[in-house]
Amino acid sequence: MKIGVFVCHCGTNIAGTVDVERVSQAASKFPKVKHSASYKYMCSNPGQNLVKDAIKKHKLDRIVIASCSPSLHEKTFRKCVEAAGINPYLIEMANIREHCSWVHKDREKATQKAIELTRLAVSKVSRNKPLEKTYTTIEKKVLIIGGGISGIQAAIDIAFANYPAVIVEREPSIGGRMARFDKTFPTLDCAACILTPKMVTVSQSEHVTMHTYSEIEEVSGFVGNFTVKIRKKARSVDINKCTGCGACYNKCPVKVPSEFDMGLGKRKAIYTPFPQAVPNVPVIDRENCLYFKTKKCGICKKICTVGAIDYDMKDEVIEEKFGAIIVATGFNQFDHSVYGEYGYGKHKDMITGLHFERMVNSSGPTGGKIIRPSDGKEVRDVVFIQCVGSRDEQKGLPYCSRLCCMYTAKHALLLREHNKDSQAYVFYIDIRAAGKNYEEFVKKVQDEYGAIYLRGRVSRIFEKGGKLIVRGADTLSGAQIEIKADLVVLATGLVAQKDAPSLAQMLHIPYDKNNLFTEAHPKLAPVETITSGIFLTGACQSPKDIPDTVATASAASVKALGLMVQDKLAREPLIASVNQDLCSGCLACLKACPFSAIEEDEIEDRKLRRKRTVAKVREAVCTGCGNCTAVCRMAAIDLEGFTNTQIMEEVETL
Amino acid sequence: MKWFISHNTIRSSFQLTLEKECGEKVSHCYQCGKCSAGCPIAFQMDYLPNQIIRMTQLGMEQQVLSSRTIWLCASCLTCTVRCPREIDIAEIMDYLRRQAYKKGIIPVEETEIPLFNKIFLRNIELFGRLYEMGLIGMFNMLSGEFFKDVFLAPKMFLKQKISIFPPRVKNIKETRAIFKRSGKLGKAHRDKLLNPRLLFLNLSRKIIGKIAKRDNS
Amino acid sequence: MKYAYFPGCSLHSTAKEYDLSTKEVARALGIELIEIPDWICCGATPAHITMHLLSLALPVKNLLKAKEMDSFEVVTCCAACFSRLKIANHFMQNDNKHRKNVEEIVGEPYKGEVKVRHFLDVLINVFGLKNLTERVTNKLSGLKVACYYGCLLTRPPEITQLDDLEEPHLMDDLMKVLDAEPVKWPYKTECCGASFSLTKTDIVLKLSGDILQMAHDEGAQAIVVACPLCQSNLDLRQAAIKKKYKKDFNIPILYFTQLVGLSLGIEPKKLGLDKHIVNPLPLLKERKVLVDK
Repeated sequence: MKIGVFVCHCGTNIAGTVDVERVSQAASKFPKVKHSASYKYMCSNPGQNLVKDAIKKHKLDRIVIASCSPSLHEKTFRKCVEAAGINPYLIEMANIREHCSWVHKDREKATQKAIELTRLAVSKVSRNKPLEKTYTTIEKKVLIIGGGISGIQAAIDIAFANYPAVIVEREPSIGGRMARFDKTFPTLDCAACILTPKMVTVSQSEHVTMHTYSEIEEVSGFVGNFTVKIRKKARSVDINKCTGCGACYNKCPVKVPSEFDMGLGKRKAIYTPFPQAVPNVPVIDRENCLYFKTKKCGICKKICTVGAIDYDMKDEVIEEKFGAIIVATGFNQFDHSVYGEYGYGKHKDMITGLHFERMVNSSGPTGGKIIRPSDGKEVRDVVFIQCVGSRDEQKGLPYCSRLCCMYTAKHALLLREHNKDSQAYVFYIDIRAAGKNYEEFVKKVQDEYGAIYLRGRVSRIFEKGGKLIVRGADTLSGAQIEIKADLVVLATGLVAQKDAPSLAQMLHIPYDKNNLFTEAHPKLAPVETITSGIFLTGACQSPKDIPDTVATASAASVKALGLMVQDKLAREPLIASVNQDLCSGCLACLKACPFSAIEEDEIEDRKLRRKRTVAKVREAVCTGCGNCTAVCRMAAIDLEGFTNTQIMEEVETL
Repeated sequence: MKWFISHNTIRSSFQLTLEKECGEKVSHCYQCGKCSAGCPIAFQMDYLPNQIIRMTQLGMEQQVLSSRTIWLCASCLTCTVRCPREIDIAEIMDYLRRQAYKKGIIPVEETEIPLFNKIFLRNIELFGRLYEMGLIGMFNMLSGEFFKDVFLAPKMFLKQKISIFPPRVKNIKETRAIFKRSGKLGKAHRDKLLNPRLLFLNLSRKIIGKIAKRDNS
Repeated sequence: MKYAYFPGCSLHSTAKEYDLSTKEVARALGIELIEIPDWICCGATPAHITMHLLSLALPVKNLLKAKEMDSFEVVTCCAACFSRLKIANHFMQNDNKHRKNVEEIVGEPYKGEVKVRHFLDVLINVFGLKNLTERVTNKLSGLKVACYYGCLLTRPPEITQLDDLEEPHLMDDLMKVLDAEPVKWPYKTECCGASFSLTKTDIVLKLSGDILQMAHDEGAQAIVVACPLCQSNLDLRQAAIKKKYKKDFNIPILYFTQLVGLSLGIEPKKLGLDKHIVNPLPLLKERKVLVDK
């Protein structure tokens, strides 16, 4: 065995605290070390060449690099030694930067520690075994969970590359939140005008399949080979027969508040959420339908000329395989009924931003008139309150919801456009308008549309004499402010979907304390999750406006397509394996594994002459986290790259 | 107002002691102003509650302790229960008042409340329970509001709502001991009702004010 | 039902009618209230403003006296006393440092084991509204009242644990049982000026005036309170409010115990209904809710 040790200065990062030369000299005297050297930047081209040349010159067969964290450059050096003809798993890194030079000040002691760390790496590498990568196939199909603007954009991008995409949407139509918006900031183009063409593109694409009114039921497998069960809820209308003529919902006698119009308008018991719905096929709301409640009525069935109505339709669960999953489940609105000081959400003339969107929309429930829901009168003084739920640890969320400043400014503008005599008052804490043309937009609303911005939170809202009395403060003038408002619009924050945690558990992806899905790295891997093959886009990861949502959707698509174009998928061989002769069958490992990568197995015990249960690693699923080896009482599980013999060798050297 | 700040003022013991002694994080405040928005007394204050907190963050001890605001706070807790950063602002006001007492900083225009508190407690220390006649009499005398509420007094007597005689508690020594020990442990100044100079200033202010008012009318 | 009763200073002087009516109602309903012997003042607002430890030690002393009576539940009617006793208990239960100091001051160990209740709580949650309905002989039908809770009954909620923070409803529920009509109004927990009655009378006139105005606007004929300070500010200062703001509300300010007493058929005089500055008797006569004798 001929081990080579290469010690890196990392500029002054390491050399500033550690005497690199001394480390190199000390390493040359370690057992089995044939050669040692140091260099200013070992990861640079000349640095890597130094390693390669030394391997050839000294016929080295194992390498130790004493430099930074393996999470940064292990891959770099594996490639480097592979190019020089050594198995890439016969290197070890001694982390003398993060674990040493960066955290110590005493040069002498730090140098000693660096020498010891290098010594450990040398002993470990002496026990390394050459390993080979394994390969799996890839299912060339992408699942997109959620059919809002995020999911739609992802589907379009994937279809453009000629790969199949499947959208699973919970609602009867795709379109999501954006379909409810009137205009979009800062350009004020109409949301429907830019969204509906995309919805149509998706519906007409030969590469995209849509399962609307459907939900994910179960996810198993791993990158390249996910198996997903999808529940297609009983629509009660045959999607293949329906022509979308609308006769059924025109004649339906049952009226209920429309979810799409935030309860401001009505829909029928058989309905499409909105006229531009995709697919343009209604669904029967069985809770309110007279036929399902009393077995009478049946008008829709009688009237349908193509026989599309099917009262006996049942939920259907289908199973499909996917190579990658894009999570685009979006957000929910913060429920402001926790604010007792604002009347526990009971004031009729206090609405949220989404209500306002519907109201101001010319095809909305009021035909674009901004009115008081209590008496239908036109409004004059309208108070907008930002940060409702956001930035409020006491009652709401610790974070800033990021778009409320902008959509409130937009609302203030639209209010004045729709009603010249109106006056907007905006209570804010800080205006966060960091985006292209955002600040300019807010300034325009203040300058040209006369919105009065008041810096302070509102403390109390109550009804008096048919008006809402709003008590706030303007901290800039140091005055308490009281406004008699016709209408109060709350900029409620964005929160995770209620069932986000259960979906995350199904997908084995982490979520934070606010139930938002966690990205693999906040800066360098914002659309990936730590589970490979599962990607995030849009507001399910953090509050995002439309531009950011579309950008992340395209980013996630690229990541998914990156998998699609591979012939096969290389998998790191650093995974666990069970020595079934030693395994006692306690299956503690099965419980400890967060990835369900361990299963029960049965073997013939030759000594006992009977079958017994043991653990087995599903190699394709194992991520090499090491949980199982830690809980195994029999030391029957070994993790390649971190085997018990390797670790013991290190411990004994200490 | 101009305020020179440096690391000394920002890291002054004022804020640190406050946070330690009343357990409230002044540094948490992000100045949303909700406390000021809901304060029922703010219309009378020289600084809004959020400004007091801000001045505390900037180490403006003298200005904060001599403000009228801290005395005008009625401890109604509206600010405390609605603060999004969960700061007990009313508790901070309490602390600031106690500090002002300790340091003897009380604005001349705002002597009534500190004076009343002191008389009230003196009253309890003497009688164990509140002797309202004693309290009102003493307060009117020392605050210069000699004839305040004299019209109400007969009504109250007739309805037996006020007694001329003080209430009697058997073991009054016990109560007095509690006052004594609390003062000692809490390191509070209990001896004087208020600085005599301050009382004199306030009295003369009141009398001059009354004369001026009469002259004007 | 047996409780140690802590009336507090006000109920022995300016709020005598609160004390009278509470005792009458308790007697009529079989709730035994035994006054804590030799109780002392809870320290009220001046104590916590001036000396924090004193503001804890005074209530604790009273709670210890209740403990000596072998009674582990104390009932009080005054919102300020209620608040001070509850806060003291909270500190004794949760704050070791303060507990040690207070124990040193009162000379006895105490860990907040004596439960503190407001009489409103006893009436509604222990005696029960259903039981009370059965005892009502004289319905207060047609009497429109604004239930006013003030600051200290509900705030801070984690300590008082009595009623909803922003929209309390216990008194409203109670009034409905008596067949009185509680009006919906937004000033249930606005501040009346509290302890500034003597020191900052102008503030009290403004705040109490606003409260009276709101009650008047929302159609209340009387205001029902559960705090002697609120009562005195709203009742006593109505004449001055009239003088300053040229508004004659003439709204009687009644304790909830007085109305419960009336509905149980207790004589007005026993309930101290003659002790108010704004005389409630004409209104009660007009509404035909006085007991015929």
